[in-house]
Amino acid sequence: MAFFPHLLLATLEGLVTSAVLALTALGLSLVFGVMRIVNVAHGEFFMLGAVLAWAITSAISGNPALGFALALVLSPLIVGAIAWIAERLVLRRIEYNPEATIVATIGLLYIIQQLALTFYGPEARPVTPPFNYRIQLPWFGYSGYKLSIIAASALLLLATWFVLTRTRIGLIMRATQYDRETALAFGIPVGRVYGAVFALGAMLAAIAAVLIVPIQQAHYLMGLDPLLLSFIVVIIGGLGSLRGTVIAALLIGVSDGIISVFFSPTLAKIIATLVVAMVLVFRPQGLFGTATK
Amino acid sequence: MSGDGTTAKVYALHAAVIALLVALNFILPEYHHGVLARVLVLAVFAMGYNLLFGYVGLLSLGHAMFFAAGLYGAGLPLYHLGWGVPAAFAGGLGAGFVVALVIGLLALRTSGVAFMIVTMMFAQVFYLTTLYFGEWTRGDEGLVLQQQTRQVALGSGTLDLTNPATRYLLAVALFAAALFATLAIVRSRHGRVLVAIRENEERTKMLGYDTFANKLAAVVTSGVICAAAGAAYALLFGYVGSTFASVQYSILPLLWVLLGGAATTLGPLLGTLFMYYVIDITSGYTSAYMLVVGLVLILLVLYFRKGVLGTMRERWVRWLP
Amino acid sequence: MTALLTTKGLSRHFGGLRAVDDVDFSLETGEIRAVIGPNGAGKTTFVSLVCGRYAPSSGRITFDGEDITDMPAHLRVRRGIAYTFQITSVFANLSAYDNVALPVQRTLTDGRSRGAVRQGAMQALERVGLAGRAHEPAGALAYGHQRLLEVAMGLALKPRLLILDEPTQGLSDGEIENFIALVREIASDATVLLIEHNMQVVMELARRITVFNAGKILAEGSPAEIRANTAVQEAYLGTAQEAGT
Repeated sequence: MAFFPHLLLATLEGLVTSAVLALTALGLSLVFGVMRIVNVAHGEFFMLGAVLAWAITSAISGNPALGFALALVLSPLIVGAIAWIAERLVLRRIEYNPEATIVATIGLLYIIQQLALTFYGPEARPVTPPFNYRIQLPWFGYSGYKLSIIAASALLLLATWFVLTRTRIGLIMRATQYDRETALAFGIPVGRVYGAVFALGAMLAAIAAVLIVPIQQAHYLMGLDPLLLSFIVVIIGGLGSLRGTVIAALLIGVSDGIISVFFSPTLAKIIATLVVAMVLVFRPQGLFGTATK
Repeated sequence: MSGDGTTAKVYALHAAVIALLVALNFILPEYHHGVLARVLVLAVFAMGYNLLFGYVGLLSLGHAMFFAAGLYGAGLPLYHLGWGVPAAFAGGLGAGFVVALVIGLLALRTSGVAFMIVTMMFAQVFYLTTLYFGEWTRGDEGLVLQQQTRQVALGSGTLDLTNPATRYLLAVALFAAALFATLAIVRSRHGRVLVAIRENEERTKMLGYDTFANKLAAVVTSGVICAAAGAAYALLFGYVGSTFASVQYSILPLLWVLLGGAATTLGPLLGTLFMYYVIDITSGYTSAYMLVVGLVLILLVLYFRKGVLGTMRERWVRWLP
Repeated sequence: MTALLTTKGLSRHFGGLRAVDDVDFSLETGEIRAVIGPNGAGKTTFVSLVCGRYAPSSGRITFDGEDITDMPAHLRVRRGIAYTFQITSVFANLSAYDNVALPVQRTLTDGRSRGAVRQGAMQALERVGLAGRAHEPAGALAYGHQRLLEVAMGLALKPRLLILDEPTQGLSDGEIENFIALVREIASDATVLLIEHNMQVVMELARRITVFNAGKILAEGSPAEIRANTAVQEAYLGTAQEAGT
């Protein structure tokens, strides 16, 4: 293949990565923004979404699109419920102390991983895509499903943006984020908001995982990469900024796609992680963010 | 408080612990003898972690890189360059010193949650680097250091690090050195400043202390102790692999220290020993060791924040260091 | 008399707010100076600039003939500027002894022995009358005692300039009496800069008073002059009555 088609392919692959990453990172960013905690188990919610998608699609026979549609609805709901329970049982009791939360969510990470290993097993398993349609470009054919991931993600991001900025629920969340005490004084049920936000963050990760699992098999250790990449995106984009998160996801996803074509993936990861650590050290507010309040 | 009575008690307690460990060399059955040697080396790792987390209040999620720096700093020159055991050990310490100094200078510009994430990321870079240079490190598979390279000429005879008794006693010696070093540091003026930084950094600054320099010194000391554990692990057990640089080995010392009691000198040993046996025993019934680790972490955070010795100090034995 | 501390055009802006605005200030060696003003007048921000907790937006600070504007806080403390916090910030989990041992061991550059620290720390505690409580955790002390401990920590630094930020806030009348005597004693070998709301304390202690309002110096003079100043009465005393202090 000539250089340009090669680059186009890398960019398309990068866009698919970006689309999934933006959703996952948005979940992490939302939880950090509103609750001021870092959820280390976020990647495991992603993994759980993928594993559940496999379980649901393989339980439903017939048209793969039917099973997939069901997975797209059920899997995030189940993951959201698990997250909500974890929030009620653990995080609320340690009063969202930032450091204790990190330790507790590390514990959660291990528990979820072990449960997935015990009940799902160590194998990587594929999920059949809901449809197989190839779009023929002048140089190569490209999976229509992958393009639909980008569209679905864009749609979901717009919906989240709408909810956050234009609805009462969004207003309540922003009020809680801005000042917890005042929100309490105005009768906002902060505890319930926290539970809902934590569940919502996990659901976004689960949706992202269901979308990606037809092209990237489900595996019980698949959560670590999305976790680290989400950290990277959230840090570069500026914590709690929706716009920054999307821009950073595009930047990281596309450059990751392009770098991996030309360098070894390990080297690409080393460089990306190092660059982001340096951003955090020297520009903690992120590249696009304003200083957090 | 350093009344003379408690000073004597403190040193007597620590000396008794060391004496007990030496005595166990002659009593323990073979299996537990081997386990304890390993636990002692890992407890040194936990003590290094405790110095920073317990006494200075800096929660790092990247200490695997200091342990691994010692492991590779000792293992690689011994394997590829034919260095002797003492030189290799020194190499491990040197590598730990350099890594800790560089990481300290960078990561200490941040604090709190950012510090945790930054240290985790640097450790991930270190881990990936050990994989990237797989030609020399053989990545996850690792290197096995041959028995004949793990001998020290000592006067007329040789010290064979593969001999179980020698290995055990050297592990005790390293443990004792790290224990008394920790004790000396936390009872010194520097130690008092470190605790003050943990309690209120801003106030400490306004008493005329350069808190950055003090924290940097603590990171370097902690890193070197962890590297000593890593180097000893390579030399005593003859294995050097990337697993020891992975994120799991950054979480484990945190778990051990939390369990035994942060900011207690003997807590790291207790936590490491207990956790090692919990996993050892449960693995007889189930392979679900990650479930055990996860549950213990959550239960500790929920109900037992101060760990075993921390709780004992609070309730009964006030003089415990 | 020479100036121990001077500021020239000192300003600090937080966003659009000029917390300290173009302040020229001078303090002579051996003085007890009170800084008064309504809440939010910029007093605490001003002394925070002096001791290095905040960096100024513009202007210069000179201490004992040396420009210290860009000097980090801990080095200013070593030059002899000690600051006691407005909100009591003793180390609650450490004993009263350890609280004062920290500043004492800082000043001991030559003496390495444990005895020197012990002696210095006990002296500092005795000076504020807390020697009997040396081994109690600072957090368990009564509020008034915590304020005294805070002062003892400042004293233990052997400062040339001691900045006290609302030291009598929350103290009983009897405790305030003792406190006034203590500050007089401190002033025999150190310069004292005192932010204070309690006018009785100000009038008894201060030789000169500086009045802040809206980030600027509104007036400066002897207690009598300040009492007679109508601008001060409007800006400060009026507000003070409303606030009930």
